Amino acid sequence: MTMRLQKELEKLKKRILSLGAMVEERVRMAIQALELRDANLAEKIIRSDYEIDEFEIEVEEECLKLLALHQPVAVDLRFLIAVIKINNDLERIGDEAVNIAERIQIIAKRERLDIPFDYSLMAEKTASMLKKSLDALVNMDDVLALDVLKLDDAIDDMKDQAYDVIKQAIREHTDRVGYLINLLLMCRHLERIADHATNIAEEVVYMVQGEIIRHGNIELEAKE
Amino acid sequence: MEHSLKIKIKNLNFYYGDFKALHDISMDIYANQVTAFIGPSGCGKSTLLRCLNRMNDLIPISRVEGQIMLDNKNINDPSVDVVTLRRNVGMVFQKPNPFPKTIFENVAYGLRVNGIKDKAYIANQVEKSLHQAAIWDEVKDRINDSALGLSGGQQQRLCIARALAIEPEVVLMDEPASALDPIATQKIEELIHQLKKSYTIIIVTHNMQQAARVSDITAFFYLGKLIEKDDTEALFTKPKLQQTEDYITGRFG
Amino acid sequence: MNSLLRRRKLIQIAIFGLFRLSAAINGIALLIVVYFLVARGWRAINWTFLTQPPKEAMTEGGILPCIVGTLCLSLGAILVALPIGVASAIYLNEYARPGRLLRAIRIGINNLAGVPSVVFGLFGLAFFVVWLKMGVSILAGSLTLGVLTLPVIIGASEEALRSVPDTYREASLGLGATKWQTIYRVVMPAALPGILTGAILGISRAAGETAPIMFTAAVFYTPSLPTSVFDEIMALPYHIYVLATAGTEIEATRHLQYGTALVLIVLVFGLNLIAIIYRARLQRRM
Repeated sequence: MTMRLQKELEKLKKRILSLGAMVEERVRMAIQALELRDANLAEKIIRSDYEIDEFEIEVEEECLKLLALHQPVAVDLRFLIAVIKINNDLERIGDEAVNIAERIQIIAKRERLDIPFDYSLMAEKTASMLKKSLDALVNMDDVLALDVLKLDDAIDDMKDQAYDVIKQAIREHTDRVGYLINLLLMCRHLERIADHATNIAEEVVYMVQGEIIRHGNIELEAKE
Repeated sequence: MEHSLKIKIKNLNFYYGDFKALHDISMDIYANQVTAFIGPSGCGKSTLLRCLNRMNDLIPISRVEGQIMLDNKNINDPSVDVVTLRRNVGMVFQKPNPFPKTIFENVAYGLRVNGIKDKAYIANQVEKSLHQAAIWDEVKDRINDSALGLSGGQQQRLCIARALAIEPEVVLMDEPASALDPIATQKIEELIHQLKKSYTIIIVTHNMQQAARVSDITAFFYLGKLIEKDDTEALFTKPKLQQTEDYITGRFG
Repeated sequence: MNSLLRRRKLIQIAIFGLFRLSAAINGIALLIVVYFLVARGWRAINWTFLTQPPKEAMTEGGILPCIVGTLCLSLGAILVALPIGVASAIYLNEYARPGRLLRAIRIGINNLAGVPSVVFGLFGLAFFVVWLKMGVSILAGSLTLGVLTLPVIIGASEEALRSVPDTYREASLGLGATKWQTIYRVVMPAALPGILTGAILGISRAAGETAPIMFTAAVFYTPSLPTSVFDEIMALPYHIYVLATAGTEIEATRHLQYGTALVLIVLVFGLNLIAIIYRARLQRRM
């Protein structure tokens, strides 16, 4: 009976990982579009979001099925709960990629205005956080997952930095306020993606250790 | 709610002849809680249960070492009368085993063998126990019919009523629902939940979902050893030991 | 495939037919015996035959003393054997710890069952009649028949006790009953139908035995009915034996012999019937 559950759980793991890969790909595309102010690439992201939405629903139904039919306990139960939550986070990351794409479509029509803030660095760090959290999921690696949690502070700092820079820019370019607000929102979306990546890392820690470390419950040491 | 210590098992070893069936078991069991023993067949969980009312005395070649303190008194002490012990530690068995007597006489049996003659008291106690076991409404009109005419689930609840009639302090249940259908099982589980208000309940079960549903504390046994004991909730979500995890998730063997 | 199936079905039909035949032979044998007895004996049976003592060197009159004698001996044997047999069975099955002693006792009982009945007769003569000075009497005969019936009753009682599920004993002990309360209140009532079956077999055997009573209780002829257990009596099986082998006119009393046999069979059936009815009532009460 439970050999079957093990097989099903393996299959589920593969699916959530492909969903992760798919979402990561969207984030990469969004970053590229941001750097190039590429409206066409942005359009592609927006158009293909339905794939992620459908995939998310499939994974969720699979989880419900396994819960109902096998009533898993302990590590299996924790895995399923983690997958349900990670699934949700991934879908939200996909949405944030769409949000970024929508901002790009707006600013791409306008004249380019660069500000002294390194978007590619923030984007790169966000993408790397997402990648690490997914790697932690793949390998059930709670140490790596705890690393991801530490990275989130850097992203938050960068967002604050961007806020100051953009505030200054708005004062200097009073005719480009709308454009600049879109740039600020872009930071916000990247920061949200990093938050979801953090959530994923927390779920991985829960899955491996059985400890809920959300909401400051952090104990930055991996279990022996 | 603070639970008082009811049974303290200290370094218990149990032998069937040369075979050591229980290895150095130590655990505390608290009043007004349901404690579940789980583990694969032959892990010693039933043996331990039967140590608690000295049912193992019936096996001639068996031998006990260590202590079982019931309310701070060692039940294996020569001064303890086994008949009195069994009066205080009731038992419900795997297969419903009503006597081939009437429903009334089944429940009254424990009172009668314990020397109670007061007819009004017996009648009162029988009705009360049948109520407690949630079977009164089903049998009140045929209380003088044979107990063997009841369904399996009803028979098992009758057996629970029979055990309750002598007002024990501890009720031992050896896989009480394993021979029953899901509806009857549900009734028994509901009943166990009600009974823990007044009794200390220890249940052996093969059905892990059942242990998870009915118990407050779960103890996992393997090869005669107590592997892990914890709050049921904790044991079924994040067991501390790999062996426990392997067993409850079915990755065993 | 199809022919294989047919073959298998044919084998089944053949085997079942064989079994059915075996069962039928049983019934037929009984029917033949009863038919012979009825056909040849019914003419002898009338009111006088059943209510009068024998007359004219047993060529006339009835067999009342024999009927009374057999009833006394059978009941006496059961009164002796049932309590001792059941008590032994309880000891062996409920109390005795398995071991060499228990095995020795069991072997003893089995051997007792295999001893020819004439040996019991000689034993009864030597032990009860002579050594205990009971004389040839109902008492000595009943005791002898009782010893003869003992293994049957012990065997059946043990079987009955063994078939009482252990869960009954556990449930009773678990409720704080003592071992004796458990046996008396739960095990015995549940085993009673089986024990009664043993008693039925025992009484049937006791009623029909000739050899054990020949030296211990029965006499060739006595017109009077017994007044105490020390009286000697006539008995149906011995009476048949006497008429058929040692009577003054063996050929002339053939119908009396068959009549007596018929009465004996009816008596045994009657005793069985009473026990069966009683057992059925017990089982219904459960």
